Amino acid sequence: MTETPQDTSPAKISFWYDPAKRSLLYQLGTLILVGLLGYYLLTNTRHNLERQSIATGFGFLQKEASFEIGESLISYTAADTYFRALLVGVLNTLLVAFIGIVLTVILGTFIGIARLSKNWLVSRLSLVYVELFQDIPVLLQLFFWYAFFYEILPSPRQALNPVAGVFLCNRGLVFAVPVFHPAHLLMGICLILGAGSVWWLHRWAGRRQARTGKPFPLIWAAPAILLGGPLLTWLLAGAPSRMNSPVLSGFNFEGGLTISPEFSALLLGLVLYTAAFVAEIVRAGIQSVGRGQTEAALSLSLTSGQVLRLVILPQALRVIVPPLTSQMLNLTKNSSLAVAIGYPDFVSVAGTTINQTGQAIEGVAMIMLVYLFFSLLTSAFMNWFNKKIAIVER
Amino acid sequence: MNQPHPHVSTQPVSAVRPPVTSVGPIGWIKQNLFSNWFNSLLTILTLYLLWKIVPPFLRWAFVDSRWYSDGAACREADGACWSVVGRNIRFMIFGFFPHDQQWRPLLAMLILVGLLFYSRNRKHWKKSLAYAWFAGLVIMGLMMQGGIFGLTEVESTQWGGLPLTLLLAVFGLTAAHPLGVLLALGRQSRMPAIKALSIAYIELIRGVPLISLLFMSSIVFPLFLPEGVTINKIVRAQVAMILFTAAYIAEVVRGGLQGMPKGQYEAAESLGLNYIQTMRLVILPQALKIVIPPTVSILISAFKDTSLVVIIALYDLLKTTQSMLTDPQWMGFSTEAYIFIALIYLICCFFMSNYSRRLERELNVSR
Repeated sequence: MTETPQDTSPAKISFWYDPAKRSLLYQLGTLILVGLLGYYLLTNTRHNLERQSIATGFGFLQKEASFEIGESLISYTAADTYFRALLVGVLNTLLVAFIGIVLTVILGTFIGIARLSKNWLVSRLSLVYVELFQDIPVLLQLFFWYAFFYEILPSPRQALNPVAGVFLCNRGLVFAVPVFHPAHLLMGICLILGAGSVWWLHRWAGRRQARTGKPFPLIWAAPAILLGGPLLTWLLAGAPSRMNSPVLSGFNFEGGLTISPEFSALLLGLVLYTAAFVAEIVRAGIQSVGRGQTEAALSLSLTSGQVLRLVILPQALRVIVPPLTSQMLNLTKNSSLAVAIGYPDFVSVAGTTINQTGQAIEGVAMIMLVYLFFSLLTSAFMNWFNKKIAIVER
Repeated sequence: MNQPHPHVSTQPVSAVRPPVTSVGPIGWIKQNLFSNWFNSLLTILTLYLLWKIVPPFLRWAFVDSRWYSDGAACREADGACWSVVGRNIRFMIFGFFPHDQQWRPLLAMLILVGLLFYSRNRKHWKKSLAYAWFAGLVIMGLMMQGGIFGLTEVESTQWGGLPLTLLLAVFGLTAAHPLGVLLALGRQSRMPAIKALSIAYIELIRGVPLISLLFMSSIVFPLFLPEGVTINKIVRAQVAMILFTAAYIAEVVRGGLQGMPKGQYEAAESLGLNYIQTMRLVILPQALKIVIPPTVSILISAFKDTSLVVIIALYDLLKTTQSMLTDPQWMGFSTEAYIFIALIYLICCFFMSNYSRRLERELNVSR
């Protein structure tokens, strides 16, 4: 019995049936197709630009913009460059996005908790709110609030005056602000110092509790430090309480701080719309923590506040944070609808720039890049935060 | 010895009803509205707020309102002017579509609603339904465009209002879905180049607002085309919405693909199925079923997002309403008009989200 020698090396695979080579071929094919498409579009574009004699490149950024912008955080005149105009737009977008996100998270959390209330009336009303505001397009809501400011609110002469010093009219929301006093600066420094010491105290209290088991009443200490310092400074400085109050003169108010109807309508629309989504996220997050967790915590004789703070919230946050991030991004992206109601956000300024220079490609590319940058930045931050609060598996 | 004990009653005692304060409407109110001091306070506060808002609104909307008068008479009334809707409803719904031909978009919309209602029942999800949808879409297109069978041709520049909104939403999702599935497969692919391209596309699109894509379609895209070639404005906006929605669908489908257990792939491989067969016969039918509810919520947001075409001056439902409001006779009645179209959006979205919730329940049971 002689053993027949067997060929143990794998059978020779023909070129077309080798998965590795085939996948290489597919990828090469796709890349070539994408490249060709890009090349085709590029040549078309170059030809069209030459034919219509449209300039290319970002040289226009240094030219004079020669258009006015309604509201601006930095000083800006029509004589400034396009670059500065676009910067004004970016800052306006950031302003509305930042304030919007803060208000949305507060309102959304509030309504999300109200949805779970044992009070029938409150939970039903929050349900109605969520259904109502989720299902109406945000642009329609913006138009509605814009019309609300311009059509329903009275002129400055008959302005609504809900609280002393606050006026609501078709020129926007006008309210009194304190006149600047050096003490305000000191109060700000006190607040920052207070925040720093509260953070330090929090860490120290945590360490001490871990070591000795003695809790520290940070809940009372923190507000006392945060509010007490500035308040004390204010009193020591002689309680400067002069206010810059709005006064009706002619057809408009003078003095005070005015928030334009455009900004108010945009903020109101974005916040009310996004808060409906955030409410659902918060509700789902809280519901995702099992009942047994609460019962177990209560049987360990934690107080209901401690149950919420130490047991429910840390677990609920893990469910809440990822979808919350995408809602924050949605709000930032939706703030670009400002262009429809005339608030000078980045898209609106870029649109004017495109109209004046005719350089549409650069303009739209800038819009995309700026939003992409914000999006990536926000998601990077939220990913970091998410990792920080994620379950540490032991 | 069968004599009963004198102190034991053999008659059944009639059941004592629970006190009035713990059952019935009073009990319900006590338990749900006034269970403790905090709840009572909340209830009273809410009732006060409702009292401040609801009666004045009802008064404005129904008591002091005008339903048939013209704009001038409306201005004298204190209440709502609903005639702004009644008098302009045909323009708001159909836009610039020729007046005597407006039965055609109406018919197209009825076909669409009929198809949607028929598709609600999952028992009807067969191949024949796909054919019915295809035929329905062709008939709808025919009804809008005309040009044959003795129908006068209507240029797409005259399309507007609700039919345009529905058209953008329905065609947008129908076309975006296959593209989204392809992108999701690309993102899960083992080939680095294809994976990178898919990721770049999805993240780019999801990172920018829809407006920027619409701008792109309306002002940049014409520059991409060779000289002399022009593409209809509606089609360009439609393509932008498809490209936008596809990226979101891709992420939803990816969720479904990641939810598939590894065993499914291995089983398919051990049966000797190739990649396309594995996906078509094993993975996608299961993965797409899981993600139906989130897909419906994308349909809802796509439907709402169609309103953004206002910004590039397409006459959808919102734009026709706005341009009607610039008529001096009807200026200043935007609240009424906006409430009316908000109701249209609300009804459509409410049905869709209700349906998605029902579907979610059904699919959860069947697993």
